[in-house]
Amino acid sequence: MTKPLGFEKPLGMRDILPESLAKQRHLERELRDCIERWGYREIMTPSLEYYDTVGAASVTLTDRMFRLLDKQGHTVVLRPDMTSPIARVVSSLYKDVPLPIRLFYQTNVFRAQEKEAGRNAEFFQTGIELIGDASVDADAEAIALAVFCLQASGVETFRIAIGHVDFVEGLLEETVADEEDRSQFRRFLYERDFVGFRQLTERLNLSAEEKKRLEALLRLRGGKGKIEEARQLTVNGRARRAVETVASLWAALEAYGVTEALLLDFNLISNMNYYTGVVFEGYAADLGSPLLGGGRYDRLLEQFGRPAPATGFAIKMDRLLQVTPALASPEKQHVLLFYTDEYRAKAFAEAQRMRREGQIVETRRVKDRTEALVWSEHAEYSVISLTEQEE
Amino acid sequence: MSLSDNERKLTIAMPKGRIFEEAVAFLQQAGMEVTAELQDSRKLIIPVKNTSLEFILAKPTDVPTYVEYGVADVGVVGKDVLLEEERDVYELLNLQIGYCRMVVAGLEDWTPTEAPRVATKYPRIASRYFREQGQQVEVIKLNGSVELAPLIGLADRIVDIVSTGRTLKENGLVELEHICEITTRLIANRASYRMKSEAVDDIAQKFLEVIPR
Repeated sequence: MTKPLGFEKPLGMRDILPESLAKQRHLERELRDCIERWGYREIMTPSLEYYDTVGAASVTLTDRMFRLLDKQGHTVVLRPDMTSPIARVVSSLYKDVPLPIRLFYQTNVFRAQEKEAGRNAEFFQTGIELIGDASVDADAEAIALAVFCLQASGVETFRIAIGHVDFVEGLLEETVADEEDRSQFRRFLYERDFVGFRQLTERLNLSAEEKKRLEALLRLRGGKGKIEEARQLTVNGRARRAVETVASLWAALEAYGVTEALLLDFNLISNMNYYTGVVFEGYAADLGSPLLGGGRYDRLLEQFGRPAPATGFAIKMDRLLQVTPALASPEKQHVLLFYTDEYRAKAFAEAQRMRREGQIVETRRVKDRTEALVWSEHAEYSVISLTEQEE
Repeated sequence: MSLSDNERKLTIAMPKGRIFEEAVAFLQQAGMEVTAELQDSRKLIIPVKNTSLEFILAKPTDVPTYVEYGVADVGVVGKDVLLEEERDVYELLNLQIGYCRMVVAGLEDWTPTEAPRVATKYPRIASRYFREQGQQVEVIKLNGSVELAPLIGLADRIVDIVSTGRTLKENGLVELEHICEITTRLIANRASYRMKSEAVDDIAQKFLEVIPR
C-alpha cells in the first residue's frame, strides 16, 4: 500500500462542490415539499449503529458495510441504509405511537465498494417509510409518491417497473419440485442470467407445459395486459394471490392517474430474503442504473420486537442530479461592498440593511479608493465603495 | 403508447477480435444492413443506415463494462468475458456462435506439483474453478500467448479457451480438464431493459429468429 497523496480520498468518497451542492439542496427541497404534503415527517438517526442490531437486519450485505470497533469492543457499522434504523426507532422510542407511521429522510448512507469509478461509497438518499399498513393502497401510495417525487424533480422521461416476489416464488414452487433447483432458478433471475435460466429449464426433467411456463416468466414485462398473461400461468395459491395483489395495485395506481409512467415486470427480483411483496425500481432516460428502489418488507420490524407490515422507497440523489435540468441562476442580487477603516461602522450597517432586503452582500476592507477600484475591475458582482474620497 | 425517438434509439456494443466476423454475419442474417463500413472502418461509433441503431466497436473485455454503465444499451460478447468480468447486466440470449471451451491444459507429462501455478488471461475464472475443485493454486495473469507459460516454466498449467485445439497441440500441450462451454451472448443494460423495453425486445426477437439450432 502506498501512502495516500494529499489530494486523494478513500475509495468511493466524493467532494460535493458548491455548484452541485446548490442543485442537490434545491432538489431536496422540492422532494421535501412533495413528501411532506402526504403526511410524512422527517427523521434523523445516528451515523453509527451496532452491527448486531441494525447491521444484521439491513438488506445490505455484510461485506459491503463499513465495520469498525468502538471503545467497548462492539462492532459498529456506518449506516448502510435508513430503513433498518427507522425500524429500530419505530420499535423502541416510538413503540407506543400508534400505526400507521409515516417517516421520511434526506441523508447520507455508506456502502463499501470494491470496483472502480462511478460507484460511490457514501451517497445521499431521499426516502420514505410507511409502517403499519399492509393494504395494497399502501403499496400504491409508495409508488404514486415515487412518481410524484420524480415529476417534482423535473425528470423528463422515467419509468417505474413493478414486480411481486411471491409471483416468482409461487411459480417456481408449482413448477419445480426440488428446492435445490428452485434456488438455482432464483439465482439466475437474481443475476439476470436468462441464458442460464433457460439452460437449466432444458436440463431438468420437466413437462413441455412446465417448460413453457418457466420460459413465459422471462417475457412477463410490459403494460396492464401482462396481468392477465401472468394469471394464465399460475396454478397455486401463492402466485395467484400475487397476481391478484398486482391487479388491485394497478387499479389503485390508475385511480392515482400515474400508470403512464409504470411498467409491470414479473421477473423483477430484488433481495428475496428481505422483500416480502410488491417491489419496484425506477429508471430514467440516459441513466444506466436504477434511480430509485423500494418495496414491501413485512418481516423487518419483528426483528426489532414490533412486528408490523411496511413499505417504502429511496431515491439516489447523485443519480437524480444527473437526469434533472440545470438549476436556473439565482435571482438574488449579489453585491461586493468595499470600505476603508473609517467607514467600517457605516459599511456594516449598510450591508445588514441590504441583507435584510434579501440581497447577498460580501464585504471587504481596503486601504483606499484606489485599491477598491483595482478589485472592482475583476469583480463578478455589482460593487459599492465606501471610501474617503466619496465625501 | 407511442415510442419517442429516445426510446427507439439503440446503441449496440460489438466486440472486435475473435467473434467479430461471426457476429457481423449474424447481424446480416438478422436483417440488419451492416455494410463493409462496419468491418473496415477505423471509426469506433457507427450508425446503421435507415435504422435507429448505432454500433460501438470495443475490445471484447470492455463490452460488458459499456453495457453495465449504460453507454451501450445492448452488447454482443462471449460468455468467457462475462464470467471473468462479473458485470451487472441482463444476459438475454445465447446466440450459439463463437463456440469454444474453457479448459485447463498442461504438458502431456504433467503431474501435480507442490506449489501449483496457473497462467491465464482469466484470473477470476481460474481462481473460482480451482477453489471449487478444492485446490489452492497461484494464478498468474497474462495478456497473451498463454500457451508459452508451461514451456518456459512460468506455470505448470494454463486456463484458456480452445476451439479446435490446434494451438495447444502445436505447443505440445494437452487438455487436462474441461471447465465449461463458451458461446456468444446478447446482453442488455439494466435500465435500457426497462426504459427501452420495446426496442430491446425487438432486437432480441430478430436475433432469436436466426439463432442456429
